[in-house]
Amino acid sequence: MAEKPRIKLPTDAKKGEVIEIKTLIAHPMETGLRKDQDGKVIPRKIINKFTCEFNGKPVFSVDLEPAIAANPYMQFTARVEESGTFKFTWVDDDGTVTTAEQQIAVT
Amino acid sequence: MTERSRREMLCEALALGVGGAALAVVGEIGAASATPAEAAAEVAKFTGGKPAAKGRISIDLPEIAENGNTVPLTITVESPMTADDHVTDILVVAEGNPRPGLATFHLTPMSGRALVATRVRLAVTENVVVVAKTSKGEVFTEVKPVKVTIGGCGG
Repeated sequence: MAEKPRIKLPTDAKKGEVIEIKTLIAHPMETGLRKDQDGKVIPRKIINKFTCEFNGKPVFSVDLEPAIAANPYMQFTARVEESGTFKFTWVDDDGTVTTAEQQIAVT
Repeated sequence: MTERSRREMLCEALALGVGGAALAVVGEIGAASATPAEAAAEVAKFTGGKPAAKGRISIDLPEIAENGNTVPLTITVESPMTADDHVTDILVVAEGNPRPGLATFHLTPMSGRALVATRVRLAVTENVVVVAKTSKGEVFTEVKPVKVTIGGCGG
């Protein structure tokens, strides 16, 4: 994916605070059920896995099905106890892995 | 020009605007849809046959989704989200979609709250079923019907 995924989370938080994280990645999420003009089935191509880690520890993950709308949007929460880095990973059907990182300062 | 009702005008405008999207959607639902039985099978696979109790889950979905291609969905599960009592997995299925599964969310105590939101595709007017598993082995479920008006008019 040429386009960078969009991530929204606070730059700083208090220790123990539950923060809200929003992510969005540009992707057609082709279901594999649609047909093109010649009646040929358009092959399935979706993001099938999304994960979020904080300092290497898993926080949240999703198994996506074709029923997730194009440009998959995910909103979830995380409790932060220390400063560190959130790492986000999107896995495409074709094996392409897109990652993004964002830091948070915890006081 | 003959007098036309506001409703007719609105429908026409919608038909024009949504036409392109509707065409795409028709292709999508051309495939056989899942039945509630298939959805139930998916749920049984997830719970391992454990009976699910009602409640604790709130599903936020529009009552009427005008465009089934992107329907906002928010799920909240009441849970302390501590190390020994937290929601581990949330399964979402739709009874009338070509394939019942929508998504499976995996949470940890680090999630802090059992709240997830995304956007889903719904093929027809159908029930959306949410099942949540906790670390204590409890299983909760909730159902929410959604009216989907793909073509914009009628439905």
